[in-house]
Amino acid sequence: MSTTRRQFLQGAVASGAALSLGTAPAVQARPNLTLPPKAVGLLYDSTLCIGCKACVSACKESNNLPPEFSTAENLWDTPQDLSGRTKNIIKAYKEGNATQKDREVDGHAFIKHSCLHCVDPSCVSACPVSAMKKDPVTGIVTYDEKDCIGCRYCVVACPFGIPRFEYDKAFPKIVKCELCNHLKPGDKFKYSACAQVCPTGATLYGPVDQLMQEAKRRVALKPGSITRIERGRVGSGDIYEAKLTAQYLPRVYGDRELGGTQVLKISAVPMEKLGMPELPERSFASVSETLQHDLYGWLALPAVVLGGLVIAAKRTARPDDENEA
Amino acid sequence: MEITDLRALREASEVQALENRLGISRRDFLGLCAALATTMGLPAGAEAAIVKAVAAKQRPSVIWLHFQECTGCTESLLRAEHPTLEKLILDIISLDYHETLFAAAGHQAEAARKAAMKQHKGQYVLVVEGAIPTKDGGIYCKVGGQTAVNMLKECAKDAAAVIAIGSCASWGGMPATGPNPTGSSSVAEVLGKTVVTIPGCPPNPYNFLATVVHFLTFGKLPEVDQLGRPKFAYSRLIHENCERRPHFDAGRFALEFGDSGHRAGWCLYKLGCKGPETYANCPTIGFGDAGEGNWPVGCGHPCIGCTEKGVGFTKPIHALAELKSVTPPLGFPGVHESKGNRFDFTSAAALAAIAGAAAAGTAKLAQNLGKGTPVETGSHKDSGASS
Amino acid sequence: MSSHAEKPAPLGGPLVTPLTVTLAGLAGIAAVILLIRFIFGIGSVTNINDGYSWGIWVVYDVMAGSAFACGGYAIALLVYIFNKGEYHPLVRPALLGSLFGYTLAGASVIFDLGRYWNTWHIFFPPWAQVNSVMFEVAVCITLYIGVMWIEFSPAFLERLGRSDLKKKLSNWMFVFIGLGVLLPSMHQSSLGSLLIVFGTQINPLWQTMMLPLIFLMTAITVGYAVVILESCLSASGFKRPFEADLISRLSLVMWWFLVIYLVMRTVDLAWRGAWAEAFEPNVMATSFWIEMAGFILPVILLASPAARRRPDRLLISAVALIVGTLMLRLNGFLIGYQTGAGWHYFPSLPELLVTIGIIAAEILGYIVLVRWLPILPKVEPVKIAR
Repeated sequence: MSTTRRQFLQGAVASGAALSLGTAPAVQARPNLTLPPKAVGLLYDSTLCIGCKACVSACKESNNLPPEFSTAENLWDTPQDLSGRTKNIIKAYKEGNATQKDREVDGHAFIKHSCLHCVDPSCVSACPVSAMKKDPVTGIVTYDEKDCIGCRYCVVACPFGIPRFEYDKAFPKIVKCELCNHLKPGDKFKYSACAQVCPTGATLYGPVDQLMQEAKRRVALKPGSITRIERGRVGSGDIYEAKLTAQYLPRVYGDRELGGTQVLKISAVPMEKLGMPELPERSFASVSETLQHDLYGWLALPAVVLGGLVIAAKRTARPDDENEA
Repeated sequence: MEITDLRALREASEVQALENRLGISRRDFLGLCAALATTMGLPAGAEAAIVKAVAAKQRPSVIWLHFQECTGCTESLLRAEHPTLEKLILDIISLDYHETLFAAAGHQAEAARKAAMKQHKGQYVLVVEGAIPTKDGGIYCKVGGQTAVNMLKECAKDAAAVIAIGSCASWGGMPATGPNPTGSSSVAEVLGKTVVTIPGCPPNPYNFLATVVHFLTFGKLPEVDQLGRPKFAYSRLIHENCERRPHFDAGRFALEFGDSGHRAGWCLYKLGCKGPETYANCPTIGFGDAGEGNWPVGCGHPCIGCTEKGVGFTKPIHALAELKSVTPPLGFPGVHESKGNRFDFTSAAALAAIAGAAAAGTAKLAQNLGKGTPVETGSHKDSGASS
Repeated sequence: MSSHAEKPAPLGGPLVTPLTVTLAGLAGIAAVILLIRFIFGIGSVTNINDGYSWGIWVVYDVMAGSAFACGGYAIALLVYIFNKGEYHPLVRPALLGSLFGYTLAGASVIFDLGRYWNTWHIFFPPWAQVNSVMFEVAVCITLYIGVMWIEFSPAFLERLGRSDLKKKLSNWMFVFIGLGVLLPSMHQSSLGSLLIVFGTQINPLWQTMMLPLIFLMTAITVGYAVVILESCLSASGFKRPFEADLISRLSLVMWWFLVIYLVMRTVDLAWRGAWAEAFEPNVMATSFWIEMAGFILPVILLASPAARRRPDRLLISAVALIVGTLMLRLNGFLIGYQTGAGWHYFPSLPELLVTIGIIAAEILGYIVLVRWLPILPKVEPVKIAR
């Protein structure tokens, strides 16, 4: 062997540094992001939802999305899931004979699927070109097709399966709910169209802290109690009295999932039955970014490693390459 | 029953006699009978049976009582717009006692009632309009010094059939709305038995007429649900046959009176329409025989659920209805729909071919290499483990 | 330094053979399918959907393809960083394979990107998003492709007779060699890190903070495996002698890497309590064992020095490792990935044909260039004794 101990060690250190960083303890773990001060969102109450799809049709109108047909006569907008043409959908949970609303057994329940506007969104962390952004004030997760390269990392990364892609277009884009943040004064819809048209107040728009308060108030109510339900947005004054028939589960989905979401959901049927995944409190974005920045230390570390590698290469490359020609 | 072709009956003598008796054309009469048969959902040919029954049978004696009510049920019957329908209502049946329509008054009228009851004992049809006050011995409603409770019980005793017309008689209606100071009760509650009820405020005259004609034709009252409502008229939710239902299914709602959705004729659910929890045939036969499109929903007002106990006069008019649809419509996607291709035969075959070729190639190559490829042997020893 | 003698020289020989024509045909079919893709959208030829938005064009062409192109990196690591000069004859052929693998992986990214005309956004503010693992992967791969072309340019310059330029370049080559080791280390590990943000959508068999290391180590080992395979194939295809000494020593390096990898993988799975998942009666567990078999088999086959000199065992081990590495990437990104119940994906035939076409183009390019450029060490062709 012509390698000296010194040379070998040098190489080992240089490449070993690059290799072993995955196991290095977190230098400064990036914590979950926190809720922006003026964060807005939605509260979806599955027990109030009657499955009328007013929110689905208003969403299409507000976002100028085409209908999606799934029946033979191509007459109705009947999307089967979120897609490049549908940003918001109501799905039905059915079990057994499905006759009782808001019951897990032999019952049915509705669930709204649309972007949850995570406090610490995976899609924003994943996007390589800042096409997905989280508004620092409202916390709305926005998408700009002008920036997007169409890599679909956001589609794959989102644990809720929200961002969708237009696979059937030559010049496609990502499609996801942006909480109607495109609305301007004078538009037909004044705020999130889904909340504005909801006839029962099942979808309520407002500041996240107030929505959270309302959600916690509701889940504490007993069946049979009569309660005041606000429709549209918090503070709209459009209030009606509802007699509760369902037994809420004592859980507000979105209060801690991945560090919280700005769209909260409450129901009488377990959330996992409604297609909402069980998720840890630590956001995936923070885990990924902690690892990534630990590994690279904002490029300081790769620079050091590169120095080592270049020195090693300078020593070894000379005899072979320069004299070869 | 004997069912004959309606057209064959056109020249029948009894129908011609009827022309004179009722003063309507045969054509109108046959049309009416067909409409009644349709209302009741009877099979084709039943209209002929009805024609024969109405034309030939003696008109049944009807005693019509009024208690706590507004006479709207009677008024709607009288104001039916079909040609000469009001004559028919009065001439199909022999209305022997009706406080609104009687020319007689006072003791004369009461005497007529007693006479009819005696003459048609066990034969007459008792129609009750209005709720019956029961509080404080029933003193809050008296006719000729007799309390409503007494009068109802007396008349019902020898009646062949009892029909409660209107929501008040059917389940208490508006007089029974909380706090119900007079203890208003329904006919069924006072008599302690199920009677045929034709709820509605007012009910469609056809529903009443069809019930009477059913009795006339078949000798018995039509099939009823657990609340005594004829199933032909009250077995479906208004929501199910509503002309605005497609808007509900498409998620298009009037959000307030006069908005673009309201003007466009969209669903009135958010304005408080009780169609989703009210059983009645209003969407199919309209309201008050005033013609299609003139029922409340048709002219842009939410249904108030007047036929439904616990809804009409109980819930606020603009309060949301409770949806009574038993299961979500099939059009809803499930929480987990199967999406995407599980398997693609052609590409799987191609993959298998590639994998097979690769495996075979590797095997073949390994064999060749193992056998006799010239091997370059140098001076090196296996040295990787050193250092 | 070491005793290898022969300088690289063009192989010569015909460029139009039944093999090259077939390969060109396959590449042509892929080109037609890609034309359809660019006119009618990516869904017109692929089966990808919103549940599996990354199909084989990403997972094979980029993830696995770039790993298989790690021969140059793995050999450079050995030769220049660990100063194992005796492997120098392997550098150029390995580098050529890497060059093709990476360049085509980079190109096939464009086929998959929905809004490819914006690709340049990645490299410039205000778009560049440094928290994104994808950003790092894209930048490193792009830089590495550039670095590799520079590393490889002496072969072209030789052919073009520009020894003056080559001399100048040689003075600075060590910088590019350093970069050529650093960049793959960064992005091959980051290809694993891409999975971290998927969180619980990835089965615990693959979702671990060790992913960067797992992907890096498998990239290096498969780099050696590909070099061994290339050596076997050129021995067979170009009728060259099998470099048994070199390859057997290389295989020992690979063997040790594999042993360390398997220990690490085993301990990691145990540490996270994920082993139970491997015994579930499902596709994921089965696929996991196929993957593991690909890594375990070479360890068994190449355990003794005698075995490491047997070309057939080396070949089978290399193929097993390639399968294992491919499975690791397929498992991590497709089979072990579940974004919600109900989603399915299986590549369509056109989708598969594009991938095949890319591989065909890669092999075709390799054949053409070794015949045209000084890449393989010069030897007298010998007949294979049967």
